[in-house]
Amino acid sequence: MRHALLIAARDLRERARDRTAYVLAIVLPLGLAGVFTLILGNISGDSQLFTYAVADADRGVVARAFTDDVLRKAAASGAIELRTVSSEREARALVDDGTATAAFLLPAGLTEDVQAGRAARIEVVGDVDAPTGTDIARSLAQAYTDRLAAVRTAVAATVHSGVSTPPAELAAAAATALPRAVVAEDTTGRRQLDAKTQYAAGMAVFFLFFAVQPGVTGLLDERRNGTLARLLAAPVPRSSILAGKLLTSVAVGVVSMTVLVVASSLLMGAHWGHPVGVAALVLSGVLAATGAMAVVAAIAKTSEQAGGWQAIVAIVLGALGGAFFPVSQAGGLLEKLSLLAPHRWFLRGLADLAGGGVTAVLPSVAAMTLFAAVTGAVALLLFRKVVRP
Amino acid sequence: MTVLSCSGLRKRFDDVLAVDDVSFTIAEGETYGLLGPNGAGKTTTISMITGVLERDAGEVVVDGIAMSTHAIAAKRLVGYVPQELALYPDLTGRENLRFFANLYGAARERVDHVLDVVGLAERADDLGREYSGGMKRRLNVAIGLLHEPRLLVLDEPTAGVDPQSRNQILENVRALAAQGMAILYTTHYMEEAERLCDRVGVIDSGRLIAEGTRRELVERLGERDRISLQLDGDLTHATAVLGAIANVRGVAPHGHGLELVVDDARECLPAVLSAISTNGVVVRSVEVTEPNLETVFLHLTGKALRE
Repeated sequence: MRHALLIAARDLRERARDRTAYVLAIVLPLGLAGVFTLILGNISGDSQLFTYAVADADRGVVARAFTDDVLRKAAASGAIELRTVSSEREARALVDDGTATAAFLLPAGLTEDVQAGRAARIEVVGDVDAPTGTDIARSLAQAYTDRLAAVRTAVAATVHSGVSTPPAELAAAAATALPRAVVAEDTTGRRQLDAKTQYAAGMAVFFLFFAVQPGVTGLLDERRNGTLARLLAAPVPRSSILAGKLLTSVAVGVVSMTVLVVASSLLMGAHWGHPVGVAALVLSGVLAATGAMAVVAAIAKTSEQAGGWQAIVAIVLGALGGAFFPVSQAGGLLEKLSLLAPHRWFLRGLADLAGGGVTAVLPSVAAMTLFAAVTGAVALLLFRKVVRP
Repeated sequence: MTVLSCSGLRKRFDDVLAVDDVSFTIAEGETYGLLGPNGAGKTTTISMITGVLERDAGEVVVDGIAMSTHAIAAKRLVGYVPQELALYPDLTGRENLRFFANLYGAARERVDHVLDVVGLAERADDLGREYSGGMKRRLNVAIGLLHEPRLLVLDEPTAGVDPQSRNQILENVRALAAQGMAILYTTHYMEEAERLCDRVGVIDSGRLIAEGTRRELVERLGERDRISLQLDGDLTHATAVLGAIANVRGVAPHGHGLELVVDDARECLPAVLSAISTNGVVVRSVEVTEPNLETVFLHLTGKALRE
């Protein structure tokens, strides 16, 4: 073990003088996460991302229900910001000057139309530069009007069946039974990461696969530079040489991830979760990345060849594992394939950590550790050829 | 006392038998030159001796410790200077030495000592990549000396080195041998082998085809020293006079003079010149030719050493 530590310490000293290592391990992931957050963060709803104006010209119960039950509740959850204005003109002005993403225009007579059995109409005026926010506003309005139509149909059917209950009570009962249009942070049984954390974590785990490369390809560099012969001639067990190289990758990966977790928390406001859970995920993720890159390095003949193949593997696994976009939501074969990528488990582990306790990360930690064990064993078997006397 | 004993070394790479039944020994304080053309099996032999390469057959024993059973202990006794520059360019000279000193368990003071020995003390804290070719070669040698090995293996240590660095390396090797270190040396430079080596082994196509001191090898091949004389005077009389001198094996006409085949030209020359001058023959020029290792090598292998 002493020899492995000596070899790793030497590698790390050399790496510390290589500026590209800092770029790959820290600057690029942090920078890209920041850029992604700036560009795409506004569509994910991790804060009051969309401001909606509502102009209620109806003043009736149907309009009030939409404003209070749908819009104000969404605003209360932090998903949107709501501004109530006195006129349609004012609402349109807010949209035109970009203050509001979209405006809900509740026309006069909306309640009367509904009560008279006519089609309910809520007009949505959207900002052309904010199509996503406009779509969401349209969906909210559509969900509400659909719900009104469903209630009306249910009441009509009940009345026609001869039940003596007053229509108003029937309507109230039907409305209660029908699903409400809600905007909330929980999208499934599991919590999702907010945008900043999602991108910070995605970029961190993506570039982790590049950060750990130099350690595992170090053996090929040693062979190219002639120093491998010197190491093999030294009174050092061959297993220590391999262990030293793997240790270098693990150390670089852990340091890189730690810096990224701290920096993204401080600079971008990312919420990684409980430190113990994050540490477990980081360590198992680093081991998995080291194992994967070690297999590629062990197959390659030169470090340059290894670098090329490793980049391909890192990109494919990263894309598959949802480092850029949540591939797991695509469903089907892609969703199943994504389970092969450590990135998927890392991000899932963080999401589980956000929604539960520290133990919630254990399935992800176990999956990544298994991945590391399998790839690490394969890499060691292959690398034995390189150092075999 | 024998420091290195190799016996029956054999190594095959696929269909190529790179080393076949190579055996030799090196004694304490002895410098042994392993000579052979490219691809002859020198580096493969050295790699087996240093434990870098596994042997298909044979044994390497260093100071009584067998490489086959106690590889780590045996390796502690061997210093290795590979043919390639085996350095870390992004570490300083001192950091390179400290790393290997730690691997071998050598004392830290040895780092400064070997820096002095190879003349790199003033540039010790420069990065390896900033060294000249000669300085890199010297650092390459220094790493092999760190742990005061019993056997130092140098594989072409002066290849591509400037004259100043070459002289320094050769002087270091000579001094180390004088201190009792056993040295195994390969080189393409025949004059280095003649200058440094007490004995040489000639390896060709994986086999050790001859071994001994330079004179032993020369004599074994039937080669002798020659003295060529350009003369004015009675050559018939001179032939008779010179032929009568002890250690002169033959006299034959050669241009405007005579050529003598002798046992030891340096020993014979005074007697030859004295005999001629007392018999009225004027000597215009003298040329002494001693068969060297190049001649031996060419004779044995049919190739020049640099082929």
